[in-house]
Amino acid sequence: MDQLLQFVFSGLTVGAVYALVALGFTLIYNASDVINFAQGEFVMLGGMVTVFAHAAGVPLPLAALLAVAVAVATGLALHRLAIEPARGANAVTLIIITIGASILIRGLAQIVFDKQFHRFPSFSGEDPISVLGASILPQSLWVLGGAAVIVAALWLFMERTLLGKAVRATAANRLAARLVGIDTALVLALAFGVSGAIGALAGILVTPITLTSVTVGTLLALKGFAAAMLGGIGNPVGAVAGGLVLGLLEALAAGFISSTYKDAVAFVVIITVLFVLPQGLLGKRAVERV
Amino acid sequence: MQRRQLIGGLAGAALLALATPSLAQAPIRIGSVLSITGPASFLGDPEARTLRLYIDRINQAGGVLGRRLELVLYDDGGDANRARTFATRLVEDDRVIAVVGGTTTGTSMAMIPVFEEAKIPFISLAGGIEIIEPVKPFTFKTPHTDKMACEKIFEDLKRRGLTRVGLISGTGGFGASMRNQCLRVAGNFGIQIVADERYGPGDTDMTPQLTRIRNVAGGVQAVINADFGQGPAIVTRNFAQLNMGVPLYQSHGVASRSFIELAGAAAEGVRLPAAALLVAEQLPDNDPQKRVVMEYKQLFESTQNQPVSTFGGHAYDGLMILVEAIKRANSTDGTKIRDAIRATRGFIGTGGVVNMSATDHMGLDLSAFRMIEIRGGTWKLID
Repeated sequence: MDQLLQFVFSGLTVGAVYALVALGFTLIYNASDVINFAQGEFVMLGGMVTVFAHAAGVPLPLAALLAVAVAVATGLALHRLAIEPARGANAVTLIIITIGASILIRGLAQIVFDKQFHRFPSFSGEDPISVLGASILPQSLWVLGGAAVIVAALWLFMERTLLGKAVRATAANRLAARLVGIDTALVLALAFGVSGAIGALAGILVTPITLTSVTVGTLLALKGFAAAMLGGIGNPVGAVAGGLVLGLLEALAAGFISSTYKDAVAFVVIITVLFVLPQGLLGKRAVERV
Repeated sequence: MQRRQLIGGLAGAALLALATPSLAQAPIRIGSVLSITGPASFLGDPEARTLRLYIDRINQAGGVLGRRLELVLYDDGGDANRARTFATRLVEDDRVIAVVGGTTTGTSMAMIPVFEEAKIPFISLAGGIEIIEPVKPFTFKTPHTDKMACEKIFEDLKRRGLTRVGLISGTGGFGASMRNQCLRVAGNFGIQIVADERYGPGDTDMTPQLTRIRNVAGGVQAVINADFGQGPAIVTRNFAQLNMGVPLYQSHGVASRSFIELAGAAAEGVRLPAAALLVAEQLPDNDPQKRVVMEYKQLFESTQNQPVSTFGGHAYDGLMILVEAIKRANSTDGTKIRDAIRATRGFIGTGGVVNMSATDHMGLDLSAFRMIEIRGGTWKLID
């Protein structure tokens, strides 16, 4: 029992990060049909900027804020300098542009920062909390709580604000949205900015546990993408669910089956799910209601 | 008076003229291919700094056989294909007489056939045992092998009376190779590997694997982690989180300051085998390596403005073994230098005391490794 609980804690913590990365994918996909493969670099920037600002003597909360600002600026710049000029191009071209952008961001980060692994202190101590015989780090609670707050805030924004409704309208039908006077270019810029912020927050929350370096983004983007596919690309709730399920799958496979094949187990389950439900767990059906 | 000065000046010039022709002879070219950039840059960078530093010093002191040394250095970026291309260039274009370097086992293995065919002595700076086993006529290496790390850890376990051991290793090249070596030699020390867990290169949470090790039937008395980079830091933190309550051993792959920083308080009490260079100041004065490691450490740190690393030490050892062999061979002929390297006895380097032979092209024994414990956030020599 305590063993199962330990695996669940581990899976949820890792899964929450995948969920946030998947959420970033979803936002941009909805606004533009583009899978932004630079999403993992936002997570990297969140961690690395905080590490270096903190090391330079900036208090941790301020350093975190700075990191979010840098990631948002990077997201906006990515949109303005790379996506916007190629506006007419099809989605595949834009996706390739984001892959190029992610390599560029990583290269620049390598020059500005360094190639070593880093971390900064946990927010509220390092003493593990014992729950029913399993132990969880206080920072894991920060990750889970932080992810919940981000998801809730995003939901409120989407449902309750005019701008959020504009984003949803653009996601539903870009042409119709433009016809009713929604500035879809602004919505797309907004999606890149918010994705940057979410990615950076994920990076900040998780760095005390997982450590960070300029190369962490690549793998996170891959896992986050798998989570988004599993949940159903384009569905924010699906992205969160997909992330948590993927994290749990990995932890349970490592714990109960074999640590050597844990990634394989997770991906086999994903492939099986996509065979049965090609749209993902909570994805839109191919035929849209109008 | 003027005349005297003139004569003095002439005599000086004549002396210089006598000395310079030998130095003006064609320099002795030593080649090197290192991974100065790329994923193994934390190994290759101190190696390159060390080679440049010591070649300059040797030249200031008059060179070797009265000739200057010239270093021809290429950066392979950690890519084995590029390493091989540069190896061919060293042989065919640069016409080097010997090569020191090959930062990783992968790049070294890619270059070996080139140097073997050209009959050029090659001293690798990589850890993998396959570089020198089976023995190749012109290939040597200076760093300890992962097999020795396993043996050193098992020796320590035996002394503490611990026999049931859990193994957790990364699936990367270093972790996988060390895991195999540990599984192979465990029996020789009466050690039982009762759990064998693995994790991927980018994994960020190893609590499931450690939970499995903790819950193994019959329990474990110690855990060994075979890997380098960020993985061991996360394992060490997870280990403390789960309050495993048994000793944790790491490998020489974590023997750098950054491991202690990343693992934080969780690193307390962790043991690892490492080269004497890591604890230079703590060596007793009668230790044969004391003088060598202190000199290297002081020179490196005062000129490079960064802490010394054991990897740069491997480059120092390789270069010095080569230079002494050239002097003994009194020749720049590849086969003669090879024979002289093979005859190296009692060479004291940063990695240990080296005794080469026709069947041992590394020449280190277990005494070259020191068992070290992390106490109070720093390395503590315990034997």
